[in-house]
Amino acid sequence: MGKWNPNRAINNMNSALKETLPLDKEHWDMIIEPKRNLLDLRLGELWRARDLVILFVWRDFVAFYKQTILGPLWYIIQPLLTTVVFTFIFGSVAKLPTDGLPQFLFYMSGTVVWAYFATCITNTSNTFITNSQLFGKVYFPRLAVPVSILISSLIAFVIQFVFFLGFMGYFALGGAALHPNWWILMTPVLILIMAGLGLGFGIIISALTTKYRDLRFLVTFGVTLLMYATPVILPISSFPARFQWIILANPMTPIVEIFRYAYLGGAGAVNLPDLAYSFGFMVVVVIIGTVIFNRVEATFMDTV
Amino acid sequence: MSNVVISVENLSKEYRLGQIGTGTLSRDINVWWAKVRGNANPMLRLGETDHGNRAGESLWALKDVSFTVEQGEALGIIGRNGAGKSTLLKILSRVTAPTSGRVKVKGRIASLLEVGTGFHPDLTGRENTYLNGAILGMTRREVHRKLDEIVAFAEIERFIDTPVKRYSSGMYVRLAFAVAAHLDPEILVVDEVLAVGDVEFQKKCLGKMGDVTHEGRTVLFVSHNMNAISSLCSSGLLFELGKLTQSGTILKVVQDYLQSAANKLDRGKVKLEIPLDAPFFIKTISICNDQGNIISSISKNDRIVIKIEGNSNIVSERNMVAIDIKNNEDNLLFRTHSIEQFRFSKDVNKLGNFTLNCIIPANLLPAGTYRVGIISALTGIRELQNLQSALEFDVYQDQLLGNQFIGSRGILTPQCEWSLEKNAN
Repeated sequence: MGKWNPNRAINNMNSALKETLPLDKEHWDMIIEPKRNLLDLRLGELWRARDLVILFVWRDFVAFYKQTILGPLWYIIQPLLTTVVFTFIFGSVAKLPTDGLPQFLFYMSGTVVWAYFATCITNTSNTFITNSQLFGKVYFPRLAVPVSILISSLIAFVIQFVFFLGFMGYFALGGAALHPNWWILMTPVLILIMAGLGLGFGIIISALTTKYRDLRFLVTFGVTLLMYATPVILPISSFPARFQWIILANPMTPIVEIFRYAYLGGAGAVNLPDLAYSFGFMVVVVIIGTVIFNRVEATFMDTV
Repeated sequence: MSNVVISVENLSKEYRLGQIGTGTLSRDINVWWAKVRGNANPMLRLGETDHGNRAGESLWALKDVSFTVEQGEALGIIGRNGAGKSTLLKILSRVTAPTSGRVKVKGRIASLLEVGTGFHPDLTGRENTYLNGAILGMTRREVHRKLDEIVAFAEIERFIDTPVKRYSSGMYVRLAFAVAAHLDPEILVVDEVLAVGDVEFQKKCLGKMGDVTHEGRTVLFVSHNMNAISSLCSSGLLFELGKLTQSGTILKVVQDYLQSAANKLDRGKVKLEIPLDAPFFIKTISICNDQGNIISSISKNDRIVIKIEGNSNIVSERNMVAIDIKNNEDNLLFRTHSIEQFRFSKDVNKLGNFTLNCIIPANLLPAGTYRVGIISALTGIRELQNLQSALEFDVYQDQLLGNQFIGSRGILTPQCEWSLEKNAN
């Protein structure tokens, strides 16, 4: 290419001229650079992509039951069967204590709440792996995917929750001693904390799975293990004293306990500082997660 | 205020070769722990040296690239595979981040690196239109407004409520392109997506993209189809091995690309690779003149003889050789099949070596450089060899006619028979 080329010479001249002009004072809509500021989270971009989030949620919901016979019923079957199995094994066979509450409701309240957290964390943790095809071809705020997962899991949660209320009514009519109380008003806060924890942990793991695939297996396994460190099956009071600290350090403990206490009453140990602890934990995890996620998002295509 | 809408400044992108780390956390921890204790890397095979991200084990997909694009410009980006075109588009589409340098952009960029990104097989055409539109950056309202137009463009009115998994591949691609073609960005970045779909639809897409540039929108277009790129773009960039080597008007850049040294073909006589299991194959192909001498250029007024030597382990009526003649812009001028004229048969041939001559009539090809592609096949059964560009030759004009207006024009210049009919009365 040693030939003298008039076009190129003109181009060079043009760019030389441009450099002398105060180009940088112009307004640029977007600057693509190697590294972004750590705290440049581009949440505004996510907000502008809210239509996309809504469509993702709707896609997940519709695609979930297309070509199934039972359709949305599947949302109910899963927690129902889990509850039945828990009631049989832990309640009837092992005869574990349930704080004096009807066993079925005790297990169901735990299962429904736990299921929301577990789906959030397992599904968001696969964000990069399952969407690598899509992410490799088009840009949109990547956080739209985990956020949409939180919302579509919330739909499932609401369905299951309504179902739970139905069973509550059935048991109340049957004369069970249930004591719903003002803590019910905390429900939105509980959901927010669960969603935040699921999102935060999920996106931290998703960012790490771009490099380490083994974390994917750890997640499903780890979430199941974590369930046993949360009072889903055993009430706090029945945990041996030397393991109590694990239960109390677990940010999901107050959520499950408060939820159960709010709707069913009973002997749950419920207080605001515990809730505040969970909330603080959630905020920290979400911030760390978002920062890591944004770091990885820029170049993950080169490592996946 | 200048009209520059994209300014690329010293853009570089480095890829590390090989696997990064060992791929699993437990092994990485093993390696790290061994390093801490001063042991050798336990994951290495015997006799292997440590490959942990050594310097030099990287590939610069783009190296120090700078250029600007003005508003309304249609810029064609060409280069061989691995020249860095796709990396550039990926950076512009923000799919991946550059290693150094930066890009400044004015206005909304939409990029089309693939059609049908994010289509869900279980959803209907209509549902996927909304979803795909949103993924590409449209709002629901925008898609809603343009839905009829999109469906009409894709010609799938009857199937819009059928799940896309039941679509033919053509319908799928048409719908996908239609959605993308109705984006309204200020800057459109398009990778080789036009290589799909039938010819009619390709033309329609090119037309639609032409509209886009006429509306004052900026288009960046990567393609190997020199025809499409020359008809669509006004200026071009040529990439070679990650570097920007040429920029200017599209015709100049396309010509340089086709003539660039890396792109030169053999002349005269070429040996072909012999496939392992072929019952019938071509060994050499050469360009000769009427006297049978191998040549690299020939006069326009002479017949061109393409001599093909091969070997046949079976003698079947299905044995077939075809030749493609392409011009400098990589357009296929014609393909000619041996089977049009004769068949291999036991009466004429014995097993073993054979020589075929294919004669291109004099005066058919105007002065220029031509490429020869060759194919051997068992007709209706399978293709055996297919070499798109086996060799090239030049055709020159013996003497220039005094008046250039009389010289023949066009891609082909056959000598046609002219006669003047006598008046009947």
